[in-house]
Amino acid sequence: MNYAGMNAGSLTFTASLVVVALGGPSVLDTFQVLQLSAYSSLALGVVGLAFVWGILGILSLGHAAFFGIGAYAYAILSIAQGESTFAVAAAILAPSVLAVCLGYFLFYGRVGDVYLSVITLCVSLILFSFMNSTADVSYTLLSVPLGGFNGISAVPPLNWPGFVGDFLTPEATFSLCFLLLAAVYLALQFLRGTRLGRIMASVRENERRCELLGYDPRWLKLVGFVISAAIAGLAGALFTANTGYVGPTVFDLGQSSQFILWAIAGGMGTLSGAIIASFMLQFLASFIGTSQLFNTSLVFGTVIIFFVYALPNGIVPSLQGLLRKLSRLARRQRRRPEVIGDSIKSTP
Amino acid sequence: MDQVLVTAIAIATGIATLVLISLGLAVIFGMMRIINFAHGEFIMLGAYATVLSTNAGMNLWIAMLVIAPAFVALVGLGCERLLIRRYYGNLTTTMLLTWGLSLFLVGSVTALFGNTTRGIAAPLGSVTFGNYSVSVYQLFLIAFAALLVLGAALFLTRTRFGLIARGTMQNPAMASTLGIDPGRVYAATFAVGAGLSGLAGGLLAPVSGVLPNMGASYVAKAFVTVIAGGSSVLVGTTGAAFMFGPIEAIVSLISTPVIGQASLLAAAILLLRLMPMGLSAGFRRST
Repeated sequence: MNYAGMNAGSLTFTASLVVVALGGPSVLDTFQVLQLSAYSSLALGVVGLAFVWGILGILSLGHAAFFGIGAYAYAILSIAQGESTFAVAAAILAPSVLAVCLGYFLFYGRVGDVYLSVITLCVSLILFSFMNSTADVSYTLLSVPLGGFNGISAVPPLNWPGFVGDFLTPEATFSLCFLLLAAVYLALQFLRGTRLGRIMASVRENERRCELLGYDPRWLKLVGFVISAAIAGLAGALFTANTGYVGPTVFDLGQSSQFILWAIAGGMGTLSGAIIASFMLQFLASFIGTSQLFNTSLVFGTVIIFFVYALPNGIVPSLQGLLRKLSRLARRQRRRPEVIGDSIKSTP
Repeated sequence: MDQVLVTAIAIATGIATLVLISLGLAVIFGMMRIINFAHGEFIMLGAYATVLSTNAGMNLWIAMLVIAPAFVALVGLGCERLLIRRYYGNLTTTMLLTWGLSLFLVGSVTALFGNTTRGIAAPLGSVTFGNYSVSVYQLFLIAFAALLVLGAALFLTRTRFGLIARGTMQNPAMASTLGIDPGRVYAATFAVGAGLSGLAGGLLAPVSGVLPNMGASYVAKAFVTVIAGGSSVLVGTTGAAFMFGPIEAIVSLISTPVIGQASLLAAAILLLRLMPMGLSAGFRRST
């Protein structure tokens, strides 16, 4: 695995995201712009999970809880205030506060890895049933009705900070979403390469040894967990701003499993893989959804089983392995051009 | 007086429900160290087996107590042989695999039977205590859960299969040198765990709505109970159920069932902070 933070690959990937952000609106039609903005905000959510799982080894199955709290915080505050600047800040802050409280109990209680996964999932499921039960008009926050299973609709889009009512066009939102995705990706990739990021990777590899060397794994895990929660909250806010709607399904098992699925499919320990996989699988999901051929959860269940079974390393590492094999093959061919056929046959 | 009795029955039902939905998971997780995310779907399959065979004219009790566990045990056996067998000892992989399985089962049942709620009427009628009436089926559930725990304890400690199963879980290599095939013991234990989940589904079918994603409402509670119970399968799970059941029942009576569930979770997180190894580790130290 590659532990270096900034390398040619990650800079190229960031650059291509920036190119999409700036060039996309002039090439794509409005529907595609809206669709890709929503996809990119979910991709932002999965980067946080890929970081905390791939680098720190914390499998948070309730990542959707942070995403959903961000989404609801944005919806409630932007409706209550008619302005999105403060709402976005709250959408980042609220999940972080929850992550600090939860992380304190989980990491400082030294709850085992697997228990941690289950408890985070339970938190998300409880939030789901709570939000589902708030259909009554008496459930309001800042005089915004929570709406129960109907959710909150007509959520205003983002506006220029400080200018009430001066909403961003879909094209500007698209660029902003992709630029934020690129920035978060680059920041996390940079963090991986720093001293702190390397110590975080050592926590994943061997927590006991890391502790004996004088580092505090509990603190490091808490920091990573809160970072991923903050990113998930921002992603939730952008998603709600893009779709104009938030409902309790942001907390359900399907949402959590999508994040997990994308992270696995992309490949453990890669951040770019999770982003690429999330875009690919979202296109697949929308194709299945519009064609109505199969039940979505049937297909996703099969896809998860398939990845565990056949591609346990994920898309990007598998592709990297294939490329490496091909380049080795090419090099051998160059060295002995007369026995091309044999060398292909003899390569396993 | 009557009110106290009815409240006591509500609390006992809470405990019994927790025991029923957790027992299958406790066997699969506690003995085999597999996080079975398809646990809720095993319960759902048991409930569907009960409802469908009752609607087809089968006696309710046979459908509930025989067909549901037998069917789900077979499904569990199939999953174990086809998928899980290859990944023993790898917690994360089995967890993801059973997650995929869970989605797959929800999807298949939705595709086959539609996303509609089915139900069957609870049998046995009701009895009245003063101004309150209590369903007899509720009392049956309490008695049955108690019998089930007792039966499972006797099965694990007093029978040959129980001894072999416990021995294999502790040391598979040693068991295999003694002429026992660990693979078969694992398969049988997984099937028993799945069967217990199916039984829970069958028993709860008359008191809950039966729909494809009903498993999600049980899985969180079951996991919290088993994990808080700790390493000792039966004692821990039952102890945790005795602790969380009353909390959930009382808070639900005072406020809403959702707040009751949330308080159950909060109690579990607090307990794990104080006793990271689970409840049964505390029992062992004191005795």
